[in-house]
Amino acid sequence: MADYSWPDASRRNLIGKRISRIDGPEKASGKAKYTQDLKRPGMLYGKLVTSPHAHAKVISVDTSAAEKMTGVKAVKLIEVPKDEVQWEGQPVAAVVATEEHLAEDAARAVKVTYELLPHLVREDDIAKAGDRAKEPNEGTDGDPDQGFKQAEVVTEGFYSIPVIAHCCLESHGSVTEWEGEDHLNLWLSTQAVSASAQGIATPLKIPQTNVHVHQDHIGGGFGSKFGPDLWDVQGALLAKMTGKPVKMMLDRASELMFAGSRPSTFAKVKVGAKKDGTILAWDSLSWGTGGLQGAGNPPIPYIWKIPNHHKHTPVSTNMGASRAWRAPNHPQACYITNSALEDLAADLKMDPLDLFLKNIALCDRADLYREEFLKAAEIIDWKKKWHQRGDDTSGHIKKGLGLSLHTWGGRGHASECRITINPDSSVSVELASQDLGTGTRTVINIVAADSLGLPLNAVKVNVGDSKYPVSGGSGGSTTVGGVSASTRRAAVDALEALFKQVAPALNADPGNLEAVGGKIRVKGDPAKSLSWKQACAKLGVTPISVTAQNKAGKDELTNSGVGGVQMAEVTVDTETGIVRIENMVAVQDAGYLINLKTAESQVYGAMIMGISYALYEEKVMDEATGRLLNPNMEFYKLAGIMDVGKLHVHMMAGPDQEKRGVIGLGEPPVVSPGAAIGNAVANAIGVRVPGLPLTPDRVLAALEKKGVVS
Amino acid sequence: MAKSRDPETKPRKGLSRRAFLSRSTGLAVSTPILASVGLAAPAAAAADVKILGPGKVPITLQINGKPYNLRVEPRVTLLDALRNNLDFTGAKRVCDRAACGSCTVLMDGKAVYACAVLAIEGQGKQITTIESLSSESKLHPVQAAFVQHDAQQCGFCTPGFVMACKALLDKNPNPSINQIREGLGGNLCRCGTYAGIRQVVMTAGKAMKGGQANG
Repeated sequence: MADYSWPDASRRNLIGKRISRIDGPEKASGKAKYTQDLKRPGMLYGKLVTSPHAHAKVISVDTSAAEKMTGVKAVKLIEVPKDEVQWEGQPVAAVVATEEHLAEDAARAVKVTYELLPHLVREDDIAKAGDRAKEPNEGTDGDPDQGFKQAEVVTEGFYSIPVIAHCCLESHGSVTEWEGEDHLNLWLSTQAVSASAQGIATPLKIPQTNVHVHQDHIGGGFGSKFGPDLWDVQGALLAKMTGKPVKMMLDRASELMFAGSRPSTFAKVKVGAKKDGTILAWDSLSWGTGGLQGAGNPPIPYIWKIPNHHKHTPVSTNMGASRAWRAPNHPQACYITNSALEDLAADLKMDPLDLFLKNIALCDRADLYREEFLKAAEIIDWKKKWHQRGDDTSGHIKKGLGLSLHTWGGRGHASECRITINPDSSVSVELASQDLGTGTRTVINIVAADSLGLPLNAVKVNVGDSKYPVSGGSGGSTTVGGVSASTRRAAVDALEALFKQVAPALNADPGNLEAVGGKIRVKGDPAKSLSWKQACAKLGVTPISVTAQNKAGKDELTNSGVGGVQMAEVTVDTETGIVRIENMVAVQDAGYLINLKTAESQVYGAMIMGISYALYEEKVMDEATGRLLNPNMEFYKLAGIMDVGKLHVHMMAGPDQEKRGVIGLGEPPVVSPGAAIGNAVANAIGVRVPGLPLTPDRVLAALEKKGVVS
Repeated sequence: MAKSRDPETKPRKGLSRRAFLSRSTGLAVSTPILASVGLAAPAAAAADVKILGPGKVPITLQINGKPYNLRVEPRVTLLDALRNNLDFTGAKRVCDRAACGSCTVLMDGKAVYACAVLAIEGQGKQITTIESLSSESKLHPVQAAFVQHDAQQCGFCTPGFVMACKALLDKNPNPSINQIREGLGGNLCRCGTYAGIRQVVMTAGKAMKGGQANG
């Protein structure tokens, strides 16, 4: 039985180091081609005709004017279920034209008449939801009633976190091109290259083996791009109708309206404790929306196993449907839970760090969280900087500290990897995986090269093509575990096959060979060796080609369940209500690290994305018109480079982490920022700002309510 | 007969415009509002302005030192001309209305949003796109620093940031915090690469001061 186990620090040259991403030069030089950049011969540009109404019946569609317009090649109706559009932006027709602006003209010229139906787009007041409030999810863990009876202090609060968008910089979309009657080439901006063949084959009624999916680079997904989507299917149908390739990319407004969002959560919380800080009981009544289907069942209380009663009501609204948004349900649950616990600490006049550490046994992985909190506290100098709620120094700039903790699964997905060692000494690795910008290509390269004792550039990594062996979609932080485990196994197997071929030349047993520093050598007798090139030459004309798998589920190479804590230091201007991030610290575990550099980048990036949703992001819906009021990037705000303060990432390392195996890292660090920053603002200004994002008007309103208007 | 609703004339039950502006954007609302007033003003009022279009007109653009002849409608943006009519796809279309900087190119050395410039306005200007910065074998110091500091993830905002960094550092290789805010504040990233980009400004600035720039 081959030994696939991960090499420890003494037996590796690349794994665990800081390695620059291999596609970095291609991206930084503008040469990387994304779906949006592609041009095929004779390609037409597609455009959707979308509903301006949140809920309406389609009465008629008149395409005659559009069909006669310059450059227009086809206009096609899209079947709308029950003829009812259910959200602003729902596609009702599609057009293709020779140039992009001509397609836009034609889309505008399609005349659709509607009969308006009642809509609901705001869920902040559940009393107004009526029958749009669906069957609640309700449950009790332990005996909260007993806990509340014993409680000496009961803290009550209200917290909210709104619907936000994915806002991928490359909008959703595709280029489709038919070969003959029933073979389709699909270039898709997707997080799931392998699964997309079936995804488009089914609605097009062709065999999935007739679809060839391509994707070199993707301009952001964050959980929203597991398509193909309706518009990609329409693109393919229009390509069929016209006999030309079709590019169908969403415009920015559509991207923000309906190409994915994160559900909201509103919660009334009661938490009971003893005066010494022992937490005893939790009760929460929450609701939220993710569009028509309601959606969202955040795990409240989050991580803390407090005896509790919880009830969550999904509200159905006429908004574009939610999609998995980086760590689905976790940021909401984390924000609600850790805000309530910080408010409890304030009522107890306790340092929340002390409260958290006192009750840490309520969390799984308590020792890990304790260690992470102490590390983060040391880095941000918590004990020196923390003060009781409300910065009582003079002046209108108030400082505060906040903290939070999070968790995520992140076990490797099913993945198959093929490694080919050629007689000319070249090595290729193939997986129908994808690199979302997380550094997947580089991880595969590191594992393959290090396992074969080769330098990074001796191995060519190929991903982004459905003809390669099947690999899972990149969601839920499952990719790094999946591809590194399948690549490790394939590399070990390929090397064993090579050892068998070269053992006679070295007069050694194949089991007694090792690959180190570009050589195949006899263990314990390094003088007896062949260069990699000489060894491969022994293959004659037949390459070694090995395929190996990682199966989903429990496995020795990959694991599930990280912790992670974050602390934020903010300043708040009580005259303007503007919140500034001064410092933020993330301490994160992720098991056995393949590439320290890109791992840290995931954490930095997640903190920044978290700062963005904590301070700026919200889909602002207008109940009167049913419309999204900020379907553009000047009013749907993202954090800029000067908005993010000083950031510090500390990755947990050492044998304790390494023995866990590889664990995914994309989701966990994006969970905590909302809670940590919200808590820091409360600590600074002396009052809870109940809802994210922490915009100046919300901060000022909270100060006004507290009666401290300056 | 279908009913239609005009959101401008019906009374609003939801947010007032003022409340919407303040809650969605904080304080930075004055610039786009004023700019849109400017755009709404009648164009080409003066009698001596040559009226082009609406059909395609022949134009010549100087891109990366070479002339390119093309025919575009006057309404076509420089960005769409670069991407669709030519094959300069380094500049990306993201917001398409001068909010995110992903389409940044240089016009006579100055960073501009190519989505907010008409192709016909680019005539007679020296247009520099990211494609001109590196050769097969050598990256521009700004690009090399992006790789070194892992200042890119999905990479879609990267070309715009590279051009904005270059424009900033060409003017001042050792910019102050306020100059960085001005130079890079108009570019947005969704993956969260700002920590790396701040390091890029330091490293590349030093390299360019040392005369290693090739751009």
